[in-house]
Amino acid sequence: MNAVPRARHHDVPVPPEVLHPKSYLREGSTLWSWLTTRDHKRIALLYMISITFFFFIGGAAAGLIRLQLMSASGNLVNDRTYTELFTAHGIIMVWFFLIPSIPATLGNFLVPLMIGAKEVAFPRLNLTSWYIYTFGGLLVVATLLSGGVDTGWTFYTPLSTLFSNTRVILAAAAVFVVGFSTILTGLNFIVTVHRLRAPGMGWFRLPLFVWSQYTTSVIMVLATPVLAMTLLLMAFERLTRIGIFDPALGGDPLLFQHLFWFYSHPAVYIMVLPAMGVASEIIPCFARKRVFGYRAMAYAMLAIGAFGFLVWGHHMFVSGQSSYASEVFSLLSFIVAVPSAIKVFNWTATLYKGSIELAAPMIYALGFVVLFLIGGLTGLWLAAAALDVDLHDTYFVIAHFHYIMVGGTVMAYLGGLHFWWPKIVGRMYPERWARIAAWLIFIGFNLTFYPQFLLGLAGMPRRYHHYLAQFQLLNQLSSTGAGVLALGYLLPLVYLIWAMRRGQRAPDNPWHATGLEWHTSSPPPKENFESLPRVSGLPYDYQPTSIGPEPPHPAGPP
Amino acid sequence: MIINPMPPPASTLAPSVDHLFVAMAALTGLVAITVALLMLIFVVRYRRGSKADRRDPPAGLFWLEVSWTGIPLAAFFVIFLWSTAVFSQYYRPPRNAAPVHVLAKQWMWRIEHPNGRREINQLHVPLGYPVELIMTSQDVIHSFFVPAFRLKQDVLPGRYTYAWFKPTRTGSFTLTCTQYCGTLHYSMLGQIIVMRAADYARWLATPNEEPDIIAQGATLFRSAGCSGCHVAGSSVHAPELRGLYGRAVPLSDGSTITADDNYLLDSILEPEKQVVRGFAPIMPSFRGQLSQDDLDALLAYLRSGEVP
Repeated sequence: MNAVPRARHHDVPVPPEVLHPKSYLREGSTLWSWLTTRDHKRIALLYMISITFFFFIGGAAAGLIRLQLMSASGNLVNDRTYTELFTAHGIIMVWFFLIPSIPATLGNFLVPLMIGAKEVAFPRLNLTSWYIYTFGGLLVVATLLSGGVDTGWTFYTPLSTLFSNTRVILAAAAVFVVGFSTILTGLNFIVTVHRLRAPGMGWFRLPLFVWSQYTTSVIMVLATPVLAMTLLLMAFERLTRIGIFDPALGGDPLLFQHLFWFYSHPAVYIMVLPAMGVASEIIPCFARKRVFGYRAMAYAMLAIGAFGFLVWGHHMFVSGQSSYASEVFSLLSFIVAVPSAIKVFNWTATLYKGSIELAAPMIYALGFVVLFLIGGLTGLWLAAAALDVDLHDTYFVIAHFHYIMVGGTVMAYLGGLHFWWPKIVGRMYPERWARIAAWLIFIGFNLTFYPQFLLGLAGMPRRYHHYLAQFQLLNQLSSTGAGVLALGYLLPLVYLIWAMRRGQRAPDNPWHATGLEWHTSSPPPKENFESLPRVSGLPYDYQPTSIGPEPPHPAGPP
Repeated sequence: MIINPMPPPASTLAPSVDHLFVAMAALTGLVAITVALLMLIFVVRYRRGSKADRRDPPAGLFWLEVSWTGIPLAAFFVIFLWSTAVFSQYYRPPRNAAPVHVLAKQWMWRIEHPNGRREINQLHVPLGYPVELIMTSQDVIHSFFVPAFRLKQDVLPGRYTYAWFKPTRTGSFTLTCTQYCGTLHYSMLGQIIVMRAADYARWLATPNEEPDIIAQGATLFRSAGCSGCHVAGSSVHAPELRGLYGRAVPLSDGSTITADDNYLLDSILEPEKQVVRGFAPIMPSFRGQLSQDDLDALLAYLRSGEVP
């Protein structure tokens, strides 16, 4: 697998607490100590457990959907259950997994470490965010247990306000509540990055992961309140029958869509920008190269964040909005693709003249780039209004956004988990299993979602319980892929947990990486660093010609 | 299906959309393959331990970064203009287009031709003549999608939306709802039947063949919302109606009543009057929402034993 023998996997266990300060994991082991912790690293783990729970609930819903779609007209589940399954899948995956995924776990763990801080700016608020998330999570579980909701995750009116007789209010309340946890996390990160950077850590010395968290946080704080208001208005119409969205009551049927997508399109970038941040850490490390075009990478993320607020109307090309509005939104959607293209080119160029090792995190990161590339390019098809007329609300759209959010974000999230697992738990994961899982996920993902592009072009609409017989073969391919994908997702669940106790002890810097987080012990002490670091150079100081044992320490004496 | 999954184009607009599809597929395919190939070449050539030349690795290259920003921007602008030129045609129906009214409701399409000819889930049109659809919805948002025409337009309650097409081939083309509209969304299918002009004229001249009263009732059973609660497997706790007619029904006040026409009518219009034992009185009254014809049809359907 690897031509050059390396001293990465130490056979001799690193001596424990003699050399290292007490790890954050050993600061109290009672449940109470975890539930009252203000340590950003422990809160990250609380989030990790919570979102993993919801990932597998949402995944189970997806599994049932794919099983049902094995047959064009079968009835594994009945009509109503099918609608509740895809609604539950969407709500859980978007709000209870994807949006918190990287920010609340890796972001919480790493942002203070990467900028050389002891904590986030508001540790108590950070814990509060998790409790709010948990409360929202309980509401969504209550929704499922009390009969579910059948409106689709988009809650389109007037279906949701006057026609659905399922648990719409409860589901909306769950999303409303969890939104506040997002806002508070965003607020915390913004203040943390502004106020708590270590001496010498200027804005253009920040790792791109921190830039990604920062941009994401701004979007979270600006967009999420709009979602909260929209859901309130929806619930208000449903409860009082006072017309806001339903024309039968004097409302406007398109208003809901404008408000919903004003939040939900930027939310796509909440989901994918952090993934870009993760890839930007992993790729330079395993290519031993400084990231290509660092400043362009940072500016591209800011541009995506800004333009992301101006493209919501591309979800509404056939909704009945003005054709002139559609044309403007089409142009802006093409423009927002430019910074994404820059990022893909820069990651590719980072590989040039590198010294590349396809370790598991690198397979995940490069897999992310390829799948994000396909997702992004098919986004151009949908940005072209003339093509979107045909493709809108078909499986082409399903395939497109799963390439971005599952192929992109989940792949990057898993890459990040592997990359930082030694830092988080102080143990190495099993490399061979990790590579097998990464390839299984990459192959399973493409087998699941590539056929859906073809289904969309053939004219199969989304959210169909039964479909025309001519679509059956491609659906069966897709469902088979989903089986492979499920196996790929279960593997890391097993071996990462196994590695927490049984993996080889991790050295402080197993990848010979340059970020500040690698210049403290694995796992770090409660206050992150023994002495506050001072930063004197640019990030990503990698040299393809010299790998390890340790790159020059970027932190000088305090 | 796997090489070109799209249904063959069957309207005047479809080929111009397809040209753009081909161009877009070529452009994005080229970019995807180039980038993926470059990544593969770099990963192989610069794999750890290879003898490749790694002197002076660049951390940025101004002209390269400017060109891979500028060239995509320019290319996108060209495609945008092309796409917009095609897109704007959807909004320019020919002056001689024949107006056809479309009413969408859960879960059916009701079509009315200019001369009063009506049909359900079918739309007969003449080959080579433009048709303009004037569409509205009775309940939630639906979407009128004909893949072979590359035509899609949401259908909204409370306002009209428009779409037009000019068919170029005879035959039968799938019409399908693409805006999720509730439990039986997937069943909202229909056919566009393109006929030669003479055949169409003959068809148009035949008087309306009203569907028989049981079929009307079956449609109402879904469109009025009965099926939302009263079909087997519904998550709402409501009495099942299969085989109900003529049966004895236990009521919450302890009495029993035979499910005859009057009982059924009362249950629809004044549901709180006689509540079935073991069920909550949650059914809304349909008084004022159903015409007498509708009620007759619903009762005929409930009597028929065809209730799912």
